Amino acid sequence: MKRTASSKLSIVSSLAGALLCAATFAVTPASAAEEGLMMKHQKWSFSGVFGMFDRGQIQRGYKVYKEVCSACHGMRQLHFRNLSEPGGPEFSAEAVKALAAEAEVQDGPNDEGEMFTRAGKPSDAFVSPFPNEQAARAANNGANPPDLSLMAKARVGGPDYIYSLLIGYKDAPDGMTLAEGMSYNASFSGHQIAMAPPIDDEAVEYTDGTAPTLDNYAKDVSAFLMWAAEPKLEERHKLGFRFMIYLLILAGLLYLAKRRVWSKLEH
Amino acid sequence: MAHASSYKPNTAVEKWFDDRLPIMRLMHDQLQDFPTPRNLNYLWTFGGILTFCLVVQLMTGITLAMHYVPHETMAFDSVEHIMRDVNWGWLLRYMHANGASMFFLAVYIHIARGMFYGSYKAPREILWILGVLIFLAMMATSFMGYSLVWGQMSFWAVTVITNLFSSLDSIYPGLGTTIVQWIWGGFSVGNPTLNRLFSLHYLLPFVICGLVALHIWALHVPGNNNPTGISIKTKADAIPFHPYYTLKDGFALSVFVVLFMAFVFYAPNYLGHPDNYIEANPLATPPHIVPEWYFLPYYAILRAIPDKLFGVMAFAGSIGLLLFLPWLDTSKVKSARYRPIYKWFFALFMIDVLVLGYLGAKPPEGWYLIVGRLATAYYFLHLLAVLPLLGWIEKPSAMPGSITDDVLGKKPVAAK
Repeated sequence: MKRTASSKLSIVSSLAGALLCAATFAVTPASAAEEGLMMKHQKWSFSGVFGMFDRGQIQRGYKVYKEVCSACHGMRQLHFRNLSEPGGPEFSAEAVKALAAEAEVQDGPNDEGEMFTRAGKPSDAFVSPFPNEQAARAANNGANPPDLSLMAKARVGGPDYIYSLLIGYKDAPDGMTLAEGMSYNASFSGHQIAMAPPIDDEAVEYTDGTAPTLDNYAKDVSAFLMWAAEPKLEERHKLGFRFMIYLLILAGLLYLAKRRVWSKLEH
Repeated sequence: MAHASSYKPNTAVEKWFDDRLPIMRLMHDQLQDFPTPRNLNYLWTFGGILTFCLVVQLMTGITLAMHYVPHETMAFDSVEHIMRDVNWGWLLRYMHANGASMFFLAVYIHIARGMFYGSYKAPREILWILGVLIFLAMMATSFMGYSLVWGQMSFWAVTVITNLFSSLDSIYPGLGTTIVQWIWGGFSVGNPTLNRLFSLHYLLPFVICGLVALHIWALHVPGNNNPTGISIKTKADAIPFHPYYTLKDGFALSVFVVLFMAFVFYAPNYLGHPDNYIEANPLATPPHIVPEWYFLPYYAILRAIPDKLFGVMAFAGSIGLLLFLPWLDTSKVKSARYRPIYKWFFALFMIDVLVLGYLGAKPPEGWYLIVGRLATAYYFLHLLAVLPLLGWIEKPSAMPGSITDDVLGKKPVAAK
């Protein structure tokens, strides 16, 4: 019996089985989008093996965040300096200095033991709109606007979900009564969301010729939030490609070496 | 197979050293010249792959611990600090997180290979038992490591799993609750819990290292099993470990690393859960609490049993029973190649575990629960009834006379 077919079959089937189990389990279907929720999948420039951010898009996305979202949502994991780092919006260092200076940052205590406020510096973190959760709830009809630093990784669907949510505001279907202060949203779990429609056409001025539509705002801010959640994505994709080339060459050489050494054996 | 040492010190220094600490002799005899069956297939490369996984987890883990802060208000942010501000931190963390998944993928293939080829049978019972202990230590380590992220899934997984001990209340009132509070270090999962989980997560990998050393020692006494299950009889049956298996293992490892790195670079969060990017909040329970994929079959068994205490016992028993596998399987034939009936039951058992894994991610209701109960029943039936009985009923097929006969395609001889 020369290397029986059954032993080969057993290897292949067990490997396939193991991979299959990893793949099926990983989908964690219990968490997958609830039935009946709208999820509009988009073609993102950053998806795929060679995916990179669209610089202009995430710059516009930052503008949308700053002028609209940041009124209620913080991004405490981000620092102004991140905005000029490679792989992000890549604003110039001067522009980031100016952006940071617009923020009022609490610092201290000073020599008299008093806390004081000063203009922000690039090394400062984004300033959250509310000092604590209670203040946020008091100002928002009892709801707590979540921090957006990791939002693009913290929901099933990621940026697709954020985009769908932003364009998902519709009139409630007949027979559905919304609770006080709630809005109907086709993409939100339970369809009742405490956030009023945050943005509409022409709410933010675009200077690069992109049409100022809700659809573009939603796409741009989703892409920006993806960068915010995964700032090393470009570095990861670039390094991964080099790593894979190296590994595949190594695997090929090892295979040839193995064959050559084993060819001395009768088998 | 214990074999005569073939180590020859070449220089006076080597001789001087060898007379005092024969570590070079040990390396030479156990890693280089070790007589290994000539017919090992690629399923036998997973031992080496697992060693690699352990080393990767240790190296990335020790570095991550230099930047991680085990405190309930700082843990989550310190992980983000690693992802954003630590040099190569994102790579270390994604390698560590996906490395755990790869470790389990490899260990499951390794265990399945042992089951198919009867590698747990005499004289390898201790080797197998040590393997099960390593698997248990791996489960404990990965569970604790997952908790350190201090995201929503981390926090609630710790809450659910530690609460399993409260089922002991039905044996002696208050016993379970006392144990749970002792584990928590308080009346709920909190900072003391996180601190001890961190401490133990750092400790247990070194326990695994010790167990792995014993596992390899126990392997090197009887030597490797092989696809025929027939022991080495003549010199022709064996080849030296180096260069034959170092190269074969090396090639298999490089292919495995391609898969590993494909996850790290291109789908680093695919095997994770989005909820774990939300910071732990004791006041908000996620709608579905699911463990990492590698725990799903056991989670399904736990939830299939309506009684809490019996569920926990089944959960523990599903792995504990593996310790007794060498005695539950009564067949004298090792390899499933020559076991025409066992082959099919083995396949059924594999499918059963996959089904349990699928159900572990589903809510325990309706059909999911019914199928989950049937699959759980078969899991135990296989180990406690099928394996013992099959040894009596099954007539093994014809086996080759030796490993060499098999490799060179000589006619099989009738089973003795």
